[in-house]
Amino acid sequence: MAEEKKNAARRGRNNLAAEDASVNAANGGEVWVVIEHEGPEAASVSWELVGAARLLADELGVRAAAVIIGAGGRELAARACASGAAAAYLASGPKLEVYSADPHCQALVELAVRHKPGIILLGATTRGRDLASAAATELETGLTADCTELKIDPEKKLLLQTRPAFGGNVMATIITPRHQPQMATVRPGVFPQPGHLPEAPGEIITSRARLKATAASVKQLEFIPDPEDELSLQGAKVIVAGGRGLKAARNFALLEELAQELGGTVAASRAAVDAGWISAQRQVGQTGQTVRPVLYFAMGISGAIQHLAGMQASDIVVAVNNDPGAPIFEVADYGIVGDLFEVAPALLEEVRRRKAQAGAAGGLRIETGTSK
Amino acid sequence: MSINSVVCIKQVPDTSQVWIDPETGSLVRKGIPSVANPYDLYALETALGIRDRFGGFITALSMGPPQAEEVLRKALGYGVDRAVLLSDRAFAGADTLATTYALAAAVKKIAAGRPSQTGGGSGVDIVFCGKQSIDGDTGQVGPGLARRLGFSQLTYVCSLIEIDVKAGCVEAWRRREDGRELLRAQLPVAVTVTEQCSHIRYASLPDLIAAAKKPVEVWSVPDLDVDRGRLGLKGSPTRVSRIFAPPARKRGETLSAPSKPVTEVVENLFDRLSERGLKIGRRGG
Ligand SMILES: Cc1cc2nc3c(=O)[nH]c(=O)nc-3n(C[C@H](O)[C@H](O)[C@H](O)COP(=O)(O)OP(=O)(O)OC[C@H]3O[C@@H](n4cnc5c(N)ncnc54)[C@H](O)[C@@H]3O)c2cc1C
Ligand SMILES: Nc1ncnc2c1ncn2[C@@H]1O[C@H](COP(=O)(O)O)[C@@H](O)[C@H]1O
Repeated sequence: MAEEKKNAARRGRNNLAAEDASVNAANGGEVWVVIEHEGPEAASVSWELVGAARLLADELGVRAAAVIIGAGGRELAARACASGAAAAYLASGPKLEVYSADPHCQALVELAVRHKPGIILLGATTRGRDLASAAATELETGLTADCTELKIDPEKKLLLQTRPAFGGNVMATIITPRHQPQMATVRPGVFPQPGHLPEAPGEIITSRARLKATAASVKQLEFIPDPEDELSLQGAKVIVAGGRGLKAARNFALLEELAQELGGTVAASRAAVDAGWISAQRQVGQTGQTVRPVLYFAMGISGAIQHLAGMQASDIVVAVNNDPGAPIFEVADYGIVGDLFEVAPALLEEVRRRKAQAGAAGGLRIETGTSK
Repeated sequence: MSINSVVCIKQVPDTSQVWIDPETGSLVRKGIPSVANPYDLYALETALGIRDRFGGFITALSMGPPQAEEVLRKALGYGVDRAVLLSDRAFAGADTLATTYALAAAVKKIAAGRPSQTGGGSGVDIVFCGKQSIDGDTGQVGPGLARRLGFSQLTYVCSLIEIDVKAGCVEAWRRREDGRELLRAQLPVAVTVTEQCSHIRYASLPDLIAAAKKPVEVWSVPDLDVDRGRLGLKGSPTRVSRIFAPPARKRGETLSAPSKPVTEVVENLFDRLSERGLKIGRRGG
């Protein structure tokens, strides 16, 4: 079967990689970051990863490089180099202007086969996961999703990919010992934004992608952005979450106000979502989103394990609950036993008072490195 | 006109009960109940909804140990037409790459047994998966299947709204971090669905009675056109090198006291936050 032959050829390629197993990433393979962008606008996680890639690459003695597929490449390449990349690969082609899994996967795989990176990193976003899974399948290599920590094994030089599993109850470190490239998606906000390096510019390698015609085709017909004021849960540094203790949809306005004053956003427990008080998009937990803001307020949330699974990685947790026995207090850095309808307005008042005192607008100022 | 689909359902442990024994450092999953991966039930309902509207044939597919038959029984109870379990020691220990290799081979076999309705050249028009499994949490199997089967790839679908059988395409809304997008994909397609799709219906009594009589077909390696070396642990590029308990959060401080005025409590809170680098005022970040 033709299919089998093709697969055998692919396997051959990977078996070659398998032989120099322990020198996996150390054999000169670069550390790549696929920049997630629309035109000249890139997702912030991409820059976080360029900064991280630089550190990993330095440890391996190789280059960090950005991969930019589609339009807007030059500007993004300059930014990537200023963020720590020594090179940028630009792939262009008519089908690459707007993201679509099949052509972008083909373009990335073509670059990877040609330049043989040791590591490829992408943001663990809906698009990053979409592309990474497709490309890893095509390259027949390992992919670790949603990493929250990346390190290089000092002896074997392998990428140590650490991630939560089993709904956050377990942490696992995954390795890809015998395949190239080692691929991982990384959660937004895990690594800090890199500073600007003066030593840019790096090397720019341009190519036109040779895309095979395939039956797979997905076209965007329409895009409806979420309202601007609805800051995404993933990017939020401050989250004010409400649960059944809020008692009614309209009371979420209270949390909304507090979140806004702090420059954050509102989330909820499943009980609040099920009650129809807030959209399912805002649910935190095992069957909702996993968040890791700097500051998480749990207001009238009991702290069921399924809820904790989604917010335990927050830097600082503040819980407000009128039941001193609520399990949420077991994971809270600061617990306030009291009626949230008294405490929330007082919190709001205090934030406003402090802001007035500081004589400035804006939300919470975070001095990195001091939290935790 | 009808739509043939395969729904991939994984049996998973109730992850809220899985934990790491701090003494031995090993995973404790003994005695933990297994459930159908919750997202896969949204996938199943989406498939059932399409069959209600367009007719067609639904195969529920799972790979796992013999007891994974339970989730397929459940699927039969909801009225799927056929249930296939891939079960063989050789499948064990598969990561997502080895999983999609086996599942794709099974989909091909299922497709070969069914005439194509929509001209995609395949007897399967849509493969449905959950957006992710709650034990693995990767969301990689759906896209992996799309790639291996050469299907269009539609992930994070929050509502599948239309199928144009004549044109051979589907339209669906896809969830992104910053909004939602309406996409048109050519059939055949692999779709992964989110919790925003409809809840699973109640199983009807006639379906439950009929289900009890339907078999769950069990396929092992010789039933598939596969290369043994690419299955299970052997075929998996990733290895778990270490598992450990997440850094436990400690119970912190209780700031409130019955007699303390609430203004004092919140003032105290923001003082503590300030000490930890979170200050009010000026630009955040
Ligand atoms: C498979 C599965 C998946 C699930 N996934 C999720 C998930 O992703 N996310 C999630 O959140 N849940 C999830 N759940 C549900 C979870 O088990 C809990 O039922 C849910 O988290 C409870 O929400 P709650 O804390 O808001 O409500 P409750 O448990 O009812 O708690 C309300 C709290 O508010 C307090 N309160 C009441 N009035 C006041 C007041 N005036 N002032 C202060 N405090 C007050 C009460 O003391 C109580 O502690 C899941 C469950 C299952 C079985
Ligand atoms: N062993 C399996 N058997 C059947 N379906 C699976 C299996 N593993 C994963 N899936 C499907 O793939 C989806 C994503 O799984 P994962 O990539 O593990 O997060 C699940 O929601 C299932 O629909």
